Amino acid sequence: DGSVGPLSAASPLTLRIVAECPVTKARACDLTLPHCTVNTPVFMPVGTQGTLKGITVDQLESLGCQICLGNTYHLGMRPGPDLIVKANGLHGFMNWKRNLLTDSGGFQMVSLVELSEVTEEGVNFKSPYDGKEILLSPEKSISIQNSLGSDIMMQLDDVVSSTVKGPRVEEAMHRSIRWLDRCIAANKNPDKQNLFAIIQGGLDAELRKACLKEMTQRDVSGFAIGGLSGGEEKNDFWRMVTLSTDHLPQEKPRYLMGVGYAVDLVVCVALGCDMFDCVFPTRTARFGSALVPWGSLQVKQKQYAKDFLPIDPDCHCPTCKRHSRAYLHALFKSDTAAMHHVTVHNIAYQLSLMRSVRQSIVEGRFPEFIRAFMKRMFPSRDDYPGWAVDALASVNVTLD
Amino acid sequence: MKLELSRVIQGGARLGVLQGVGRTGQHSLKVPGCLLYTHFGTVPHLTQDTLQTVNNLPSVTQVTLSNIAEHQEVLEEFKEGFKTFAGLHNTVLYCSLHDPATRSPTGYATNKTVSVWGSGGRIELTASKFMALLKTVKPDWYQSMADGETWQTNTSRKRIRKSVDRTLAYLDECLLVHQKSQDLDGVELFGVVEGGDVMEERVRSARETAKRPVAGFCFDGLQTGSVDPALRTQLITSMTKELPEDKPRLLQGVGRPDEVLACVEAGVDLFEGFFPFQVTERGCALCFNYDVSPDPERAVLELNEEKHSAGDNVQPKGDLNCEDQTQMTSFEMNLKDKRYQDDFKSLVEGCGCYCCKNHQRAYLHHLLVTNELLAGVLLMIHNMTHYQNFFSAVREALATDKINLLKKRVNGEARNT
Repeated sequence: DGSVGPLSAASPLTLRIVAECPVTKARACDLTLPHCTVNTPVFMPVGTQGTLKGITVDQLESLGCQICLGNTYHLGMRPGPDLIVKANGLHGFMNWKRNLLTDSGGFQMVSLVELSEVTEEGVNFKSPYDGKEILLSPEKSISIQNSLGSDIMMQLDDVVSSTVKGPRVEEAMHRSIRWLDRCIAANKNPDKQNLFAIIQGGLDAELRKACLKEMTQRDVSGFAIGGLSGGEEKNDFWRMVTLSTDHLPQEKPRYLMGVGYAVDLVVCVALGCDMFDCVFPTRTARFGSALVPWGSLQVKQKQYAKDFLPIDPDCHCPTCKRHSRAYLHALFKSDTAAMHHVTVHNIAYQLSLMRSVRQSIVEGRFPEFIRAFMKRMFPSRDDYPGWAVDALASVNVTLD
Repeated sequence: MKLELSRVIQGGARLGVLQGVGRTGQHSLKVPGCLLYTHFGTVPHLTQDTLQTVNNLPSVTQVTLSNIAEHQEVLEEFKEGFKTFAGLHNTVLYCSLHDPATRSPTGYATNKTVSVWGSGGRIELTASKFMALLKTVKPDWYQSMADGETWQTNTSRKRIRKSVDRTLAYLDECLLVHQKSQDLDGVELFGVVEGGDVMEERVRSARETAKRPVAGFCFDGLQTGSVDPALRTQLITSMTKELPEDKPRLLQGVGRPDEVLACVEAGVDLFEGFFPFQVTERGCALCFNYDVSPDPERAVLELNEEKHSAGDNVQPKGDLNCEDQTQMTSFEMNLKDKRYQDDFKSLVEGCGCYCCKNHQRAYLHHLLVTNELLAGVLLMIHNMTHYQNFFSAVREALATDKINLLKKRVNGEARNT
């Protein structure tokens, strides 16, 4: 029936492949985690500090979210792992009854913090709150994530920007493998908390393949494709994604980190990815940017002051059922709730998109879906991004 | 609208129901009661989903021209009135001039105009523009245009007298337009009573306003911080003596529970519901006790009760300073305080609101420390619920002769922490 259990005896993750696209590399799966089953392909909204900005857990649940992210770096700083343990884990602390994925803190180390220094031991950095020197090692990261109690934990990887070239990339790739082993050894709750590896190797095919070869030999529940979505050329991006999925086992989930633009999601599902996360939809909402099937709509712009349609007349989210663009445009001048309305809509859009993608895979019409999606998104064929056309062609989808 | 009083306590507090509220007359509002405070039709921080978790919402939604005036053109093009524009269903819309939670500058009113402050700056309104705006908004009920720029201490007697004269003149102009407009058929107009802190002017303003065909009365220029609370109740008493018993009185700009109680006793029926918002904005949660249920244990506690020492940054009761509107009161707990970092109790035991049912003090503390937007959402829900429950308690206390006990609770036993 397509259901494949985990490699080791007691694993808190089961992946059942519900349908495979006969044309592309896309799959629709049921991913069973400790708190509930997640339907993939899935977009995971990001709730960095134990909350999705401005949205209650009830609202998130009503929107159909089955898994969202928490951030180890931020929560490790405030309120800290000890307090969260007292609160019955991050689930208890924020009162979220479904699944949580926590990243390792590695990305923030590099992106947020000045003067962070990577050694074999871990990442040394200065806390922005009290200036103290802190070492985030694989053991420390897993320890915090064990305290958070997330359903999926990410290994601490040696994160290098995708625009960096040279020997640092190879060094980071090899170190990430060694850190993966240390993370596996450090996991105190292997029967309740999954650990995902993160494939590195930058934009170098050989390095990626080497990393894939090594990491896929480890006993982990799933694999993330890391080191991308950081400003690299899209032409390089998709090639590394598809290379990675070519060498990842079918029976484990594939998580592409930091991807959230609609076009990227659809293309990368076609390339074989199951899970995605990105701050973009929720962050852009707070600036008044509403995501729609034909791109985005900047509600704060003058042109919407007298536009009495909802953001998307076909959208069934609470915002579109009740409010017009004109009302939201005006509300942005009066109250923070305007941001929440757009946040709710954007999450609804992302989740609805993935539901439609999944449904089309299940019904064996994913390529048609892709064509219709692209047609809606872009004014004309000439506007289709070149990289997307190439990537889709590589999995046998031609766009008319 | 019709005010049906079930109790009147010797020349003071009234208990009853305002019936036939709204253009269709299908709504009612219990008094003493408060209005639903909004920014442009939205309860601060809340969307419909989060708002609906609050059980006892007031049936009257307040909007202010300071929020709306700059959008006149849009509303004119929309044509169907503010309620429909804002997605407000099944509520009564009351339109006031100013936002009670913010202090408007003084020195701008003229014999013909008043000013409101929108997001883009000052907007000047003549009575004619005021009425045109209202016709576009299509409220169920509104206050007449008024000059209330007398709230600062040291306002001269001359200035106060002018505010009374002007406000009456504006009222007469508004009434003229109101009576001629089919658009405002079935819409109620409240006259605004001014007079600063001068008893004679208050009496004059009340007497003159009462001669006009208004549906009720707003008391302006007495907002928290503008006048000593003891003087305020005296002024209110002097005004209510001139007013018909069967028309409701709305006091603007007063929301603190102790001041509300004092003004209820002086004869005020309605209040603006902005206080929970102010508490929310300073990261605090209302926690004052309003329980007057018969409980033998509590009676013993009361006898032995010592006054609670209030804690950090607390504004002593009766403090007049206008600038301290943002200062924490003794009716609330400051969740940013370190003591709540690992406090896993709900905000207020037995509250039952969405926040208290689902979250703990430690989580609210964390949200505030990390500047998260959800803090405002959750605190607004709790504070509104607590405040509405307080008003229920006021009505209950009036019905059962327990108003003095309620005052003791609210004023004496300051915190539930």
